[in-house]
Amino acid sequence: MDTIPFTVQPREDTGLFNAKLGIWIFLASEVMLFGGLFSSYVLLRIGSITWPLGSDVLNVPLGALNTIILISSSVTMVLSWAALKEKNLNKFRFNLWATILLALAFMVVKSFEYGAKFSHGIFPKESTYFAIYFTLTGLHAFHVLGGVVVNSYLLGPGTKMWKTDPERFVNRIEVAGLYWHFVDLVWIFLFPILYLL
Amino acid sequence: MDHAHHDSHLLPFWRKYIFSTDHKMIGFQYGFTALFFLLFGFGLMMLMRWQLAYPEQPVPFIGKFFSDDTMPGGVMLPEFYNQLGAMHGTIMVFLGIVPILVGAFGNFVIPLQVGAPDMAFPRLNMASYWLYFLGGVVMLISFFLPGGAASSGWTSYAPLSVIATSGQTFWIIGMAFLIQSSLLGALNIIVTIFQLRAKGLTFFRLPFFIWAQLVTAFLLVLAFPPLLAAAILQLMDRIAHTSFFMPSGLIVSGQPLEVSGGGSVLLWQHLFWFLAHPEVYVLILPAMGIIAEIIANNTRKPLWGYKSMVYSVVFLGFLSFIVWAHHMYLTGMGTVISAFFQATTMIISIPSVVILTALFISLWGGSIRFNVAMLFALAFLPMFGIGGLTGLPLGLATPDIHLHDTYYVIGHFHYIVAPGTIFAIFAGIYYWFPKATGRKMNEFFGHLHFWPSLIFMNGVFMPMFLQGLAGVSRRLYDGGAQYVYAQEVLHWNEFMSWSAWLLGLAQIPFIINFIISLFYGKKVESDNPWQATTLEWQTPTPPGHGNFLTEPVVYRGPYEYSVPNAPKDFVTQNDPIELEIK
Repeated sequence: MDTIPFTVQPREDTGLFNAKLGIWIFLASEVMLFGGLFSSYVLLRIGSITWPLGSDVLNVPLGALNTIILISSSVTMVLSWAALKEKNLNKFRFNLWATILLALAFMVVKSFEYGAKFSHGIFPKESTYFAIYFTLTGLHAFHVLGGVVVNSYLLGPGTKMWKTDPERFVNRIEVAGLYWHFVDLVWIFLFPILYLL
Repeated sequence: MDHAHHDSHLLPFWRKYIFSTDHKMIGFQYGFTALFFLLFGFGLMMLMRWQLAYPEQPVPFIGKFFSDDTMPGGVMLPEFYNQLGAMHGTIMVFLGIVPILVGAFGNFVIPLQVGAPDMAFPRLNMASYWLYFLGGVVMLISFFLPGGAASSGWTSYAPLSVIATSGQTFWIIGMAFLIQSSLLGALNIIVTIFQLRAKGLTFFRLPFFIWAQLVTAFLLVLAFPPLLAAAILQLMDRIAHTSFFMPSGLIVSGQPLEVSGGGSVLLWQHLFWFLAHPEVYVLILPAMGIIAEIIANNTRKPLWGYKSMVYSVVFLGFLSFIVWAHHMYLTGMGTVISAFFQATTMIISIPSVVILTALFISLWGGSIRFNVAMLFALAFLPMFGIGGLTGLPLGLATPDIHLHDTYYVIGHFHYIVAPGTIFAIFAGIYYWFPKATGRKMNEFFGHLHFWPSLIFMNGVFMPMFLQGLAGVSRRLYDGGAQYVYAQEVLHWNEFMSWSAWLLGLAQIPFIINFIISLFYGKKVESDNPWQATTLEWQTPTPPGHGNFLTEPVVYRGPYEYSVPNAPKDFVTQNDPIELEIK
């Protein structure tokens, strides 16, 4: 017994291959991480005397633009996976490139927003609102960066696996995609609670 | 026992012993590192016990080796005492016990017991160990910072922790490493148990140890991230000077603190205990799993009420997420919240009692083999019982108000973790040592380890109940010497301290036994020296790379001991024999 089973094919009774169960468990822990921070947001806001309206202090159009960018990147991520299922490597490359570039575009917009605040002398210690704003969006930005790193690996040296073990490579894209949709989903929660409410 | 070890011996030294991806080697790495930290954390406590027994007298022999920032002239400073206390808790829980239960026993035993060639993600497993190692290094380095290590208790309550010296920042960074490490380890365990079970190994054929580890892994995956969230917020408070945990109008040493304010002190406690209560079950459930294996094996009987135990452990896991605020009755969070948490706390005692009762009844009518592993397992039962029962008054808000800040609490949870969990760890080491090394540990030295440990453990912790009921605060640097109410029970301090030091001496036979048995212990004659039923004993000894020579198939439950009409008094899980049931 040398090889670990179910790295590629799903196990019959669970219906999952190992990495897929793994990423779901990982995402469950991520839900608890952001859940803890969202709960803190609620508790701090309930306990505060003043709390600014997000749309008064943040740039809503830029936030909305970033929302659109991230949702589009989720779509291209799915398309890249679907392209591999069709065995179309060029289409896969195109869509994964698009995902990475959209993620970088998100980061650029975000850095403009941060820069605008810093240039007005607004830092996290300004108020509890800005403290939680910078913490939540900062942590989310790290997750976006993590996605960019993983996707870049899969687009670069990782693609070699397409020749040696194509099924496993498709699985990898699927797992990376699940993570990427989660990062997208977190932003869909962040945008309304920080920018709109 | 000459078995083909496949290609593992071809690996270079650093791949085989240092950056290994083999679950057994990673288990050993975890085990040795965690045993070191257990001893280190115990050492911190033995230092503190000097200050408690002989306040402000110079520590003999070793006092002069400490710097003037910690022990000028050998006399311990209050700040250093606080550092020792905070780091004792942190090291014992996060670097000692959890890594040895989950990292060492979990890693070594789980793939063997479920019939798998390795953990599901061997490289993540390696990463898990090295993150743990780095976390430990960061914690150790923090002692050498100006201002020393973290000193705000293992709970790091705000606002004290926010204004503490840089040791606290290191504590947060160390914890971040440990949280990631346990996340990778626990994720691996869950996937391994779900995906890599051998053919025929259905969920109700899993050994109880596997169930306990599975529930524990879910607790680690779901409860640790909120602590990471809390740690991130505290790091922001310390570095970016935000005020998540800093209320407005805080005055420190007569000076108003310059913070933006508006934060909540209670928020830290909620986030911290949301982790730390499930963490209590992380500390005890795998221990119960070890004990269950050893009791079934040495009574030569099936576990009594195996299914009730399984349902109880799953129920415990769920419930452990909604009892956290029973650590916070004193914070004034409100009677309605207290009432809710005291109800859930009373309910959670039921499954714990079910498990303990099932283990006790399992002894009934068995012809018990009193080997050293079994002695530790038998001692676990009443010790855990004392720890559990003394917890009931703490779960009720009214008596808790009197007891919470006293030594009673220290006695209570140490009974669960020290003579409870640590005895289970010893039991597990004596039990699985032959499988891991091919040699048995010495029984005589085992007795020399067990009996003094049992006596001195009780010597350390039993008087704490007396002191606590008398009202002695657990946060006093002088052990209560200047405290009027403590005078009646003050003499116990010396008794407890001597017990602690003798308990330290009692570990020497274990250390000697462990090291000597590794190289010169009596070789086992078979792969299954304890005549056990579970799958880990069906591998070569020690198991080679890939564990099993042929893929195991499971035909029956985990504890088929003394089955009537069976040819032997045990039937292994992978034995296809058909038994007549009359």
